[in-house]
Amino acid sequence: MFRAIWAWIQRFSSPKYFFDMSGKLVPWFAIAAALIGVYGLYLGLFVAPTDYQQGESYRIIYIHVPAAWMSLFIYVVMAVSAAIGLIWQIRLADMVASASAPIGASFTFIALVTGSLWGKPMWGTYWVWDARLTSELILLFLYFGYMALQSAIEDQRTADKASGLLAIVGVVNIPIIHYSVEWWNTLHQGATVARIGKPSIDINMLVPLLLMALAFKLFYVAVVLVRARNEVLFRDRSRRWVREIIEKL
Amino acid sequence: MSETASTPVLLRGQSLECSRDDRRLFSNLSFELKAAQVLQIEGANGSGKTSLLRILCGLRTPDAGQVYWQGENIARAREDYYSNMVYIGHLPCIKGDLNVLENVRALLDTRSKTLADEHIAAALQQVGLAAYEDVAGKALSSGQRRRILLAFLLLADARLWILDEPLTALDMQGVVLMESMLLAHRAGGGSVIFTTHHGMQLGCEMSSLSLGTASVEARA
Amino acid sequence: MLRAFYHLLLRDLRLALRSRHELINPLIFFVLVVTLFPLAITPSEALLQKMAPGVIWVSALLAVLLSLDRLFRQDYEDGSLDQLMLSPNPLVILVLAKVCAHWLLTGLPLVLIAPLLAVFMSVPDAALPALLYSLLLGTPVLSLIGAIGVSLTVAVNRGGVLLSLIVLPLYIPVLIFGANTIDVASDGLSVRGQLLFLGAVLALAASLAPIATAAALRITASR
Repeated sequence: MFRAIWAWIQRFSSPKYFFDMSGKLVPWFAIAAALIGVYGLYLGLFVAPTDYQQGESYRIIYIHVPAAWMSLFIYVVMAVSAAIGLIWQIRLADMVASASAPIGASFTFIALVTGSLWGKPMWGTYWVWDARLTSELILLFLYFGYMALQSAIEDQRTADKASGLLAIVGVVNIPIIHYSVEWWNTLHQGATVARIGKPSIDINMLVPLLLMALAFKLFYVAVVLVRARNEVLFRDRSRRWVREIIEKL
Repeated sequence: MSETASTPVLLRGQSLECSRDDRRLFSNLSFELKAAQVLQIEGANGSGKTSLLRILCGLRTPDAGQVYWQGENIARAREDYYSNMVYIGHLPCIKGDLNVLENVRALLDTRSKTLADEHIAAALQQVGLAAYEDVAGKALSSGQRRRILLAFLLLADARLWILDEPLTALDMQGVVLMESMLLAHRAGGGSVIFTTHHGMQLGCEMSSLSLGTASVEARA
Repeated sequence: MLRAFYHLLLRDLRLALRSRHELINPLIFFVLVVTLFPLAITPSEALLQKMAPGVIWVSALLAVLLSLDRLFRQDYEDGSLDQLMLSPNPLVILVLAKVCAHWLLTGLPLVLIAPLLAVFMSVPDAALPALLYSLLLGTPVLSLIGAIGVSLTVAVNRGGVLLSLIVLPLYIPVLIFGANTIDVASDGLSVRGQLLFLGAVLALAASLAPIATAAALRITASR
């Protein structure tokens, strides 16, 4: 039975099969992401009640928080794909990992920018060394390290495996870094920094948040499929099936 | 010395494939190496000889195919394979700041072989470095450095020698020495795989593999 | 296996001591960088004391980073790395031997010279033991984690900056706790928790980092 499952996995992860399948899936994910995203934004920006402490400016969390969740989620996906690629030598897993990195880095960047924009009305300054923002910044550096290593090594397979190993090392370190930064933050509470507490969140605020999180996830799947398709075309450019597709264009 | 069908196969390559920079160097390459057999790998520069050797050593993973040592995949039988095999590539492996004796010891130490001084001295004598025991590596010529590696080969006591262009940097005497070592090793039941630009005559039966055509034939 | 570890450690130590000038450089760098801060900011004792833990730790970090390249560079270029990877002994053990040698040659001297820098930066005497302990526990972690970065970039030309980019984020937990140890000790408080954390990180790094390093070498040093 395992043999059958393994055969199915190998068929599914052949680049050509993936290319055909993903071509059909991308539009669905993109449309779903767009619809849910628009609805979530509508709820978040217009329907959700005003926060009694922060007024209207809090609404940026509907971008900031899902983006931060995605930045971490994508890194984990990257590390898991890389592990699959390293252990079972499935090239598609390597392609998904390297296709995900820029997306994850972008979400991290968005989380940082929106966090900083949120900071201005909240704390009066564009940057504070608060635990979450600092962790996000370090995560951005981890992404940059991954992408830099990938592009520095010439041979594609070696580059994939090396940066894959780096991603796995990074994923093990992320909890340690997170804990250290949290702890560091508790030592240096300035008077001007209002600690973002975790009061129970109103259900009307939670729903748009979760919808945006879902929309971002679907968006990620759509974009990673598109990028992975490009990777497949580029890496297998000497194969006949790719040439046929290019000639058709 | 004839090989019978019952001679055990030491090393076996199966459907090996390798590419470099989008150029396929070889594919579906298979061969068998038995005890007391010499395999010569020929090919022009850039034909993938070094890559093939490194794949056979387990240093590099092939794009496809497997290598087996005494029936077991080398990825799994690493300790057993490496205890019985020595690889010498292009690079000198010699530390400039260590003297000849220390260099030989360092090479043997990675194989967990500790030998008495006299033993090493005898090997150095054989390769013509007896007077250079205390000389630092950086003061030696490249030919002398290669001879250190020859001494290492003699002392390593391995069944299989994998040598990438073994005649590099050797003078006439060195070439004669190398050839006699290869013959002696074979006579003692050991096997050799080596690469060369052009065919080499060893005075014994050799198998030959030409990259670029990837065909294996026996040649005397 | 232990014999191979021991001999490789000795070999690396012997090699390094025969080109002693290479060893001094990170040490001088360490002292130099620490000296820059009073010059750049102010020699006010109170301010120096506040800055001391961070300045000493960041300088130590950078000094170790500078010295990491020597871990595998020479072996990669002269072919010895191939021989290490072809050893019947587990590569993890050989890697550990090289990292130990690296720490003895780089990290330990930093620890030994730290008291001098404590004087430069007006660190109170009460905090001196904490300073030494934190560096003693922290610098091996820097060597261990650094080894992962070096093994990933050993085949990259001029990979020094890339190495820093990869390794510095991973150094941050050690930096935070190491600097805090000195800070808290300067206030006369107990640093047991911080040292335990550093010890835990050291244990984790010592067990996992060599495995990652060996795996990385087999990936990148295969050509």
